[in-house]
Amino acid sequence: MTTVRIYVTYKPSVFDPQGAAITDSVNSLGHDEVKKIVVGKFFDITLDEDNLDKVKADVKDIAESLLVNFNMETYKIKVLEENA
Amino acid sequence: MKIAVVVFPGSNCDIDMYEAFHTVCKADIEYVSYKEKSLDGFDAVVLPGGFSYGDYLRTGAIARFSNIIPAVEKMAEEGKLVLGVCNGFQILTEMGLLPGALKKNDSLQFVCKTVTLEVENTHTPFTTEYEDKELIRIPIAHGDGSYYADEDVLAELENNHQVVFRYHGENPNGSLHDIAGICNKEGNVLGMMPHPERAVEKILGGTDGLPLFKSLLKAGVQA
Repeated sequence: MTTVRIYVTYKPSVFDPQGAAITDSVNSLGHDEVKKIVVGKFFDITLDEDNLDKVKADVKDIAESLLVNFNMETYKIKVLEENA
Repeated sequence: MKIAVVVFPGSNCDIDMYEAFHTVCKADIEYVSYKEKSLDGFDAVVLPGGFSYGDYLRTGAIARFSNIIPAVEKMAEEGKLVLGVCNGFQILTEMGLLPGALKKNDSLQFVCKTVTLEVENTHTPFTTEYEDKELIRIPIAHGDGSYYADEDVLAELENNHQVVFRYHGENPNGSLHDIAGICNKEGNVLGMMPHPERAVEKILGGTDGLPLFKSLLKAGVQA
């Protein structure tokens, strides 16, 4: 079994209204050092598969066909656990 | 002309849409479940507003995988009329029948009010009954209506006159180029965030949505 996390965020060129609102709130707490907060979502996907190449191919397919809208979003994949 | 209005789990403007066609325009319209696989015999299909599949993942993202979707694609390919309003517009972009995407409103608020639109293209089958550059008052009700597309796509939309409706005066959601509705290159698929079906009788507050229905029905008669 392998668990993979897919992070989905807006592309850098797309205005992220939630990130902007949260950044303003954090700044208002006095944290002026915070310049940018990006909001996104993640999906933890557990697969009955140990071959990492196969896992990455499967997850890429799932991300690109459903989880990500490439018009406005981008994604990153991170393997959380192998043989869990 | 026979029209289908698709009912998804979470659709909530399907009845308004049905009544606008049936009661106000005396047109032949039927409800069709998202579970059906065929739209044979229909000349136009409407994807109504609402919150299909609870807007889970992204608005319209799950509805795109419904049984009925290949039949909608087929109608679009055949040049039949496809109209998506609000959630219907979101579904059309997720399907790829229209370019770009609808993202969360810049204000992060659900915006529910009547806004002014400018009719930018009166040469589509949905807008021939409007005057060029006519200003119309149509209600909006959405949380994810901010139209986004890359610069290249926006330039293409503008060059091809695919922007059909533009917010006038005030942009309620942060839509790029003040876009409220666009059509495909061929002009037979229209997606718009505002709700014309909520502006078809005086008692509803206005009738500025009515020419859209009249245009669509006229196009059907001529086809």
